[in-house]
Amino acid sequence: MKVVYTDVLVIGGGLAGLRVGIGAKRRGHDVTILSLVPPKRSHSVAAQGGMQASLANVIKGQGDNEDVHFEDTVRGSDWGADQRVVRMFVNTAPKAVRELAAWGVPWSRVQKGDREVIINGQKVTITERDEAQGLVAQRDFGGTKKWRTCYVSDGTGHAMLFAISDRAIAESITVHERTEALALIHEGGRCFGAVVRNLITGELTAYVAKATAIASGGAGRLYRVTTNAVICEGIGTAIALETGVATLGNMEAIQFHPTGIFPAGILVTEGCRGDGGLLKDVDGHRFMPDYEPEKKELASRDVVSRRMEEHLRKGKGVKTRFGDHLWLDITQLGQKHIDRNLREVQEICQNFLGIDPVKDLIAVRPAAHYTMGGVRTTPTGESPTLKGLFAAGEAACWDMHGFNRLGGNSVAETVVAGMIVGEFIADFCDRAEHDVDIPTGLVRESLAREQAKLDALVNGRGTEDASALRVAMQEIMTAKVGIFRTGTELTAAVDGLQALLVRSRNIGLSSKSRGANPELITAYRVQKMLKLALCVAHGALTRTESRGAHFREDHPRRNDAEWLKRTLATWASDADTLPTLRYEPLDVTAMELPPGWRGYGAKDYVDHPATPMRAAEVEAVRTRMTGADRAEVQKALMPFADLLPERLRGGNERIDERK
Amino acid sequence: MAADGVSARTLAISILRYNPHEAGSAPHMQTFQLEEADGMTLFIALTEIREKQEPSLQFDFVCRAGICGSCAMVIDGRPGLACRTLTKSLGKDITLAPLPVFELIGDLSVNTGKWMRAMSERLETWVHLKQKEVDLERLEARMDPDLADEIYELDRCIECGCCVAGCGTARMREDFVGAVGLNKIARFRLDPRDARTDGDFYEVIGDDNGVFGCMSLLGCHDVCPKQLPLATQLAFVRRKMAAQGWR
Repeated sequence: MKVVYTDVLVIGGGLAGLRVGIGAKRRGHDVTILSLVPPKRSHSVAAQGGMQASLANVIKGQGDNEDVHFEDTVRGSDWGADQRVVRMFVNTAPKAVRELAAWGVPWSRVQKGDREVIINGQKVTITERDEAQGLVAQRDFGGTKKWRTCYVSDGTGHAMLFAISDRAIAESITVHERTEALALIHEGGRCFGAVVRNLITGELTAYVAKATAIASGGAGRLYRVTTNAVICEGIGTAIALETGVATLGNMEAIQFHPTGIFPAGILVTEGCRGDGGLLKDVDGHRFMPDYEPEKKELASRDVVSRRMEEHLRKGKGVKTRFGDHLWLDITQLGQKHIDRNLREVQEICQNFLGIDPVKDLIAVRPAAHYTMGGVRTTPTGESPTLKGLFAAGEAACWDMHGFNRLGGNSVAETVVAGMIVGEFIADFCDRAEHDVDIPTGLVRESLAREQAKLDALVNGRGTEDASALRVAMQEIMTAKVGIFRTGTELTAAVDGLQALLVRSRNIGLSSKSRGANPELITAYRVQKMLKLALCVAHGALTRTESRGAHFREDHPRRNDAEWLKRTLATWASDADTLPTLRYEPLDVTAMELPPGWRGYGAKDYVDHPATPMRAAEVEAVRTRMTGADRAEVQKALMPFADLLPERLRGGNERIDERK
Repeated sequence: MAADGVSARTLAISILRYNPHEAGSAPHMQTFQLEEADGMTLFIALTEIREKQEPSLQFDFVCRAGICGSCAMVIDGRPGLACRTLTKSLGKDITLAPLPVFELIGDLSVNTGKWMRAMSERLETWVHLKQKEVDLERLEARMDPDLADEIYELDRCIECGCCVAGCGTARMREDFVGAVGLNKIARFRLDPRDARTDGDFYEVIGDDNGVFGCMSLLGCHDVCPKQLPLATQLAFVRRKMAAQGWR
């Protein structure tokens, strides 16, 4: 029996996992990070446009601060977010950018003086302040009142991931590349690590840890059309679900990004629209102002994607043998801007579409992009039901995104959650009562159980083809659990996925190798992915309202009276074919920003009975404290600082807010 | 049928297959036939072969968008990223082999991650901070915008390994740091946040396994999928290190 002991086991070597690991290691704990691929190849690398942090350095960001970022994020979430967590996040995001700046990220910087930009299709000259010279620059993104997205050209995720990954190497953090956690080891509501498969040799090892953190990213590959990397299959989330103890939150909340290139689904950044790019139809008409006069192309992603699909349904798309698409036009930004700030986009267009975006239009259509849901955690990042299990980043439902995430808030979440949850994991490991004293019998049983499942796949007499099941699942998800959802289609999806899940218990392999056997990998993963897909589809079927990215044509209104609550899914027994759903209400009476209109998208919604009273309370506090320091007002409405690790509780200096 | 109504080509993709972890496996070429499709990349082609013809075939794709560096392989004799190689840019007979130099995992999969981590540890490819902790509540240190762009230009390396696979010295010297390593030194030399001096850099690359091992064949520059200015950077770093050596 092979066993590795470590204080902190991190599952996932992307931005969130690495930053969690660095945090715990700096506090003196031994850290082991598991990664399917070399960490610098993680999907974090694909984040292009940038990360939101209210630094307010550029002139179009003047007046930005934590309060504005908070409101944008809560509106973006369609009031599904935990507002305390959003506060923790917006207070830490500027610190994260500044930490990364010190660690070597070559953030694009402000050049003082005049510069020409494109706003709402028009050339405008803006003047950057002298005192902003050389500070980190911000660009515009969707759903934000200020220019807040800090960036490194359009390779932000790459630059961040390389800096953090190299930081982890500098701090001698152990990374076991090409390993995959197959199951969590747990007993009596306490998590003790994971059973891990070496993807080169096929060997299983038990990793025993005081604290286990899931930071394995999203599950975009549940869908056929997705921007996500091929490793984004949600396996980390699925093994939490398979404990039967840990809960998953809001799995039905899947974001579709407006600009996946057509038909491959590869992402081109929201920065294209933030920098002035326009969406056009088959007639060359800019259609977004017709639907969204306030924010146009820069409404939140759920709204823009929906409007695009709506326009396609009117027959305004460009017809091709692969289906219909729309155009993204960045030609007006000019060669110089594209060469400097959108070069990855340019490379992608050249390599995959054979076009030059300086002069040609880019074929786009919305594609599955982001998993708002994930392993449900408390504000400390710990599972409320499985002690010793933590989660951070896209794999977590921490829950700062609710039912729709703003562009630029995901890479920001990875490092911010990493900073915060890393500290809480260190606190957890500091306490003597969290020493691990599990019997070796539990470790042996866990290993044996996983080995038996693999043996059954390799030696069994199953007849189902794992790849075919996967393709069938992806087809169902893309066709029936997409941007527009209906009860009829979702019922068909749930039925279809259940049938696939049953069939997946009878997979047979043609390749009997126990080592690096790609067919075996597909087989055990598709069994797990189908459970996640069912959490998404069943959660979507049950939620009879529309909120953020979850849109029900048969229930088009947001219904706070009945649905201002978070979906919690568990998988009670291996024999089940459906998750067990429960709901956790969001407390309107504690909200700093009571529910209302988002400022874009649909204007009709059903209020929660407590909303008018809370809105009046908030208004009264604001009136009573007129002229008071904004931090004091905020504290009176919804205190949150105690939730943060002590070292992250301070404020953030800005040009206009000197300390 | 292709979009223009002409019959689609049938591709013959020959792959160098070998699984060193499996007893009895011997290196051999295996050829797969498949129908070319519109916009087909080697990612799409290889995925289709694995799904429909040979489930044991090993290769590495992650982002499939040319940004993560996982899928470098030797394509018709030249190192490149398979995910963004369109089959229509190749003849109908295509030959694929794993990158040389790196440890072979199996078939087209090689362990670039292990090589790159060792290189990073040896060259200490991180900013050596001038002070231990920065005050995160204060304004960030300023940097000239053009300098930030120049650093990013070199920071764009994706550690795919093409430069090492295309390098003459790397074939002869097992411990040669490759253009990937030398480019990183060039990147950290530029960075005012890094406390190291040329004297420090000389300690790690001032020998034949570092910048003086380079024979200026510049295969690295030709095959770099990110078009990094490797020729210029190698020459520049060599000059700086030579100046250091004369001291």
